[in-house]
Amino acid sequence: MIQFEKFTLENGLRVVVHPDESTPMAVVNVIYDVGARDENPNKTGFAHLFEHLMFGGSINIPEYDEPLQMAGGENNAFTTNDLTNYYCQLPAENIETAFWLESDRMLSLAFENKSLEVQRKVVCEEFKEHYINKPYGDVGHKMRELAYTAHPYKWMTIGKELKHVEDATLQDVKDFFYKHYTPINAILVVAGNITVEEVKVLANKWFGPIPSGTKYNRQLPVEPPQTAPRSMEMKANVPLDALFKSWHIYSRLDKRYYVTDLITEILSGGGSSRLYQALVKEKQLFSSIDCSHYGSSDAGLLVIEGKLVKGVAMKDAEEALNIELNKLQDEGISELELQKVKNKTESMMAFEDMSVMNRASSLAIYELLGDADLINKELERYHAVTRDELMNESRVIFNENNCNTLYYYATS
Amino acid sequence: MIDRTSAPLIKDAIEFDLKLKPYQKMVLNNGVEVYAIDAGEQELLQLEIVFYAGNSYEANKGVALATNFMLKNGTSNKTAFQINEHFEYYGAYCNRSCYNETSVLSLHTLNKHLNVLLPVMREMITEASFPESELDIFKQNSQQKLQVNLKKCDFIANRLIDAYLFGEDHPYGKYLSAENYQALSTDQLKAHFQQYYVNGRAVIFVAGKLPADLFEQLNQQFGDLAITKNGQSLPTQQLIPAVQKKQHISNDPNGVQAAIRIARPFPNRHHPDFMNVMVLNTLFGGFFGSRLMSNIREDKGYTYGIHSYVQNHIQESAWMISTEAGKDVSEATVTEVYKEMDLLRNTLIDEEELLLVRNYMIGSILGDLDGPFQIIGRWKNIILNDLDEQYFYDSIKVIKTISAEELKALAEKYLKPADFYELVVI
Repeated sequence: MIQFEKFTLENGLRVVVHPDESTPMAVVNVIYDVGARDENPNKTGFAHLFEHLMFGGSINIPEYDEPLQMAGGENNAFTTNDLTNYYCQLPAENIETAFWLESDRMLSLAFENKSLEVQRKVVCEEFKEHYINKPYGDVGHKMRELAYTAHPYKWMTIGKELKHVEDATLQDVKDFFYKHYTPINAILVVAGNITVEEVKVLANKWFGPIPSGTKYNRQLPVEPPQTAPRSMEMKANVPLDALFKSWHIYSRLDKRYYVTDLITEILSGGGSSRLYQALVKEKQLFSSIDCSHYGSSDAGLLVIEGKLVKGVAMKDAEEALNIELNKLQDEGISELELQKVKNKTESMMAFEDMSVMNRASSLAIYELLGDADLINKELERYHAVTRDELMNESRVIFNENNCNTLYYYATS
Repeated sequence: MIDRTSAPLIKDAIEFDLKLKPYQKMVLNNGVEVYAIDAGEQELLQLEIVFYAGNSYEANKGVALATNFMLKNGTSNKTAFQINEHFEYYGAYCNRSCYNETSVLSLHTLNKHLNVLLPVMREMITEASFPESELDIFKQNSQQKLQVNLKKCDFIANRLIDAYLFGEDHPYGKYLSAENYQALSTDQLKAHFQQYYVNGRAVIFVAGKLPADLFEQLNQQFGDLAITKNGQSLPTQQLIPAVQKKQHISNDPNGVQAAIRIARPFPNRHHPDFMNVMVLNTLFGGFFGSRLMSNIREDKGYTYGIHSYVQNHIQESAWMISTEAGKDVSEATVTEVYKEMDLLRNTLIDEEELLLVRNYMIGSILGDLDGPFQIIGRWKNIILNDLDEQYFYDSIKVIKTISAEELKALAEKYLKPADFYELVVI
């Protein structure tokens, strides 16, 4: 059980406190209800670029990092298609420094041209490093474009193209800030060696005076159900052919999410998983194969990606993969297999919860989904999944009309 | 109205009294030492069996790595699948990793399953069978993975810079070709296994909320094995650094970024300058607020990240600057790196910046000592490098007290561009 308390400031900022006396540290985590899905289709990558600008100085404080480092702290942030999360950890005695810094950049940024100019370049280098200058780096983009026709998950967090990042203006930055970076659209989580009373005083003092802002009501295009298989071929300067498949799944709060998560574990969650054993070890058609899912707030994708052993025909590899997927749909899984993936999930959660920083960001993400207490309810939801549900759900997901296939051919 | 322009009062991190939680030490019947940290709230633990079986000991390239990898691919009683299924059924993670001197078999598990997992680990380090078919798959898939990696400029750069620093035949400088993988045989692996695992030298590290009967369990599973506390000493390896110090490699005509590595040889942790240089390195390129980051990322935007670090080697080491920068600005990036070295050699660091580095480092260690796995990680580093806890406390003292003059003198001694190898791979 992870203990916490919640309260809301008058300006609408939700606060979650998770005291833990066993650590000398404190974590201050601020999550904003905005991600790449909220971007203008012609200005993609902006939520993430904006995250960089949050470190370029705020209205009263020229530098974010320096005072935090001076207080013995470290910080980082990440942006996803759904949300933007900022966190810092510092000795608990110095926690007020984090309140001072985080509240000032929620109040207002400095909006310096120099920061925008530099961070546009930094993000372009990040784009190149991870998605251009890397074999198979463009696959993530292509998979999304193939699977989504309407929903903004069709672009990646980093953005659709370098040009969108390069073209960002200071006016874009200001508009985005005033629309999304307000108390009413944020959640503050404080964890570690602090008390609820201390946090109440500090939160009211530093965040209380910030104007509430307008609640952002998300109205995103809904992805229509896919009714026929889609496929696409690509050729690139890579050494090995690769096969990528994706299927539409469910939103994060759907009960079937847990079933889906366990399906990915059954298929590729380790050395005894089905795809690895059948396709890498026994048939030796793939040199590697992985199954995962987006874990996104709105309906995401279940993805299987495999690199073919040199000389294996794409058709044979795909057929063998389909045989495994059919087996799951026709025969289901054994009680032992189900118990295995449940045990793995239980253990994974226990290891993740060791770090106070992980607990803080999980609480923030669950609160953003609707209820921080989901953190304590997850395990029983996984335990409730039955073999029948798993077999039935695999039939729905792996229906061929729900499938997107990317054939990636090597030219080198 | 609150005053938002001035920072709240802080306790300088250098005032914090850092303590490294002492380990409990147990000795198995065969003399093998177990270092344990009992801490944490969750009923789980991490166990690492460290063998002196790394690539420094191998007779042929790749043998240590393949032997370590295949510990999990079959024993006299179990197939690879059965081993994997056993650990995974209990939600446990059994991993292996191979380094220069050591190679590790590790376990992460909930305490309640420890008793059914340890016997299988015992089996893996006594009766691994190295099936031909499993080695063939390993060879094939490793070669394919290598082919993909050879397309990456950072992968090429990491291999070559080490080869320049130490020589291609030195354990720290050698790297594997497709031919090396192809030449591996089960006989080589079995011989390495017999000498360095079954009859080898090992030390055990364990951390978590430890069960009361942990020692009995470990002694029962590992206390009667032929492994010992002492064993083969390290073969002496000759350093043969490259003659040519500057290298530019063209790997991909369509590359849009350059992998840049700038590095010099550096002594190991026993050298009196080592812990002092840790402070200089942090200032230079060891954290987000470092000189290199502030200039080359935050002022010029040439890169997503630039870092400097001293390699984690036991014998010889190297001081390395590493970044991937835009192709068009790669030369400018190299120039700026040397400029930052010049600044450190020629200008005293001001007290404010030095205090920031001290506070950052102490705060970071404080945060890093939070949790059993982190604490045992510190100890493991100390023990495997043949140091003691005084090393930890001396390092803290250096961070708190080293002067700007001392740092400048270190920069004059170590940050001379002529001593550095420079490699750019596009």
